[in-house]
Amino acid sequence: MEMKIHLTRRYRFAASHRLHSAQLGEEENRRVYGKCNNPYGHGHNYVVEIAVSGPVNPATGMIANLTDLDAFVENAVIEPFDHKYLNVDVDAFREHVPTAENICIEIFNRVREFPHAKLERVRVEETSLNSFEYTGETDLFSAG
Amino acid sequence: MVYLTRKIEFSASHLYHNPAFSAEENRRVFGKCNNPHGHGHNYVLEVTVAGEPDPATGMVLDLKELKEILQREVTDRMDHRFLNYEVAELSGQIPTCENIAKVIWQLLEPKITRGELHRVRLYETPDLFVDCYGDKSGAVASTGPTPE
Repeated sequence: MEMKIHLTRRYRFAASHRLHSAQLGEEENRRVYGKCNNPYGHGHNYVVEIAVSGPVNPATGMIANLTDLDAFVENAVIEPFDHKYLNVDVDAFREHVPTAENICIEIFNRVREFPHAKLERVRVEETSLNSFEYTGETDLFSAG
Repeated sequence: MVYLTRKIEFSASHLYHNPAFSAEENRRVFGKCNNPHGHGHNYVLEVTVAGEPDPATGMVLDLKELKEILQREVTDRMDHRFLNYEVAELSGQIPTCENIAKVIWQLLEPKITRGELHRVRLYETPDLFVDCYGDKSGAVASTGPTPE
């Protein structure tokens, strides 16, 4: 029987951001984003869940070798995001407001290039009280 | 459709080793998981059953019954065991989280007679888990048919 199996790995990074849209006026930015619009930004400890699927290789018992997945995510996401100011240090967020929604999409677009398994879902916890999921069903914006 | 989830924990040891690989290849593919004497984890298992609550009892299935099934099929078989050598269902397979989750699905699926097994989620550590949804072609997706 061909089983449907997803493997999920959790990663962490800490970063700052500011929610401010160039398409909105100063007053409207303050109204929409509240304290997240503070001009100097603020930070979070982000948790990222990466879920992948694929056939379980009978020789290894694995969908993907975690060493490969860890190295890919470290290189594509953690190293460029960790201890950074997302608005400035990550090209995509010069164009797109770095809300957790857009962070999900950007991470999805980066990790979908992982060659050894199919990316199923990216889930981002911005705090322990809010989390966001994206499964790539719509092409919201291309990788930065 | 209502989804009911019950959680259990078990502790077990394992090692990753494929006899078809050379010693060097085993070390390269499996890294520290290839340590010949094994190592262990506290596994956390979440079992989700989908169904409509019985109007007479308000239950999808009796939790006590599910608890007994999990005790018999999973805890008694795997808790405080060396998975490579002591669990017959894993014999000949590398006891990765993927394969353990599949075996648990196969053990539980025929035993759940009220509702249907929807998902087996097995945490090997808090940062690594596998979701098994059973047969790809079966009605096990979250958009599965509603019983009449």
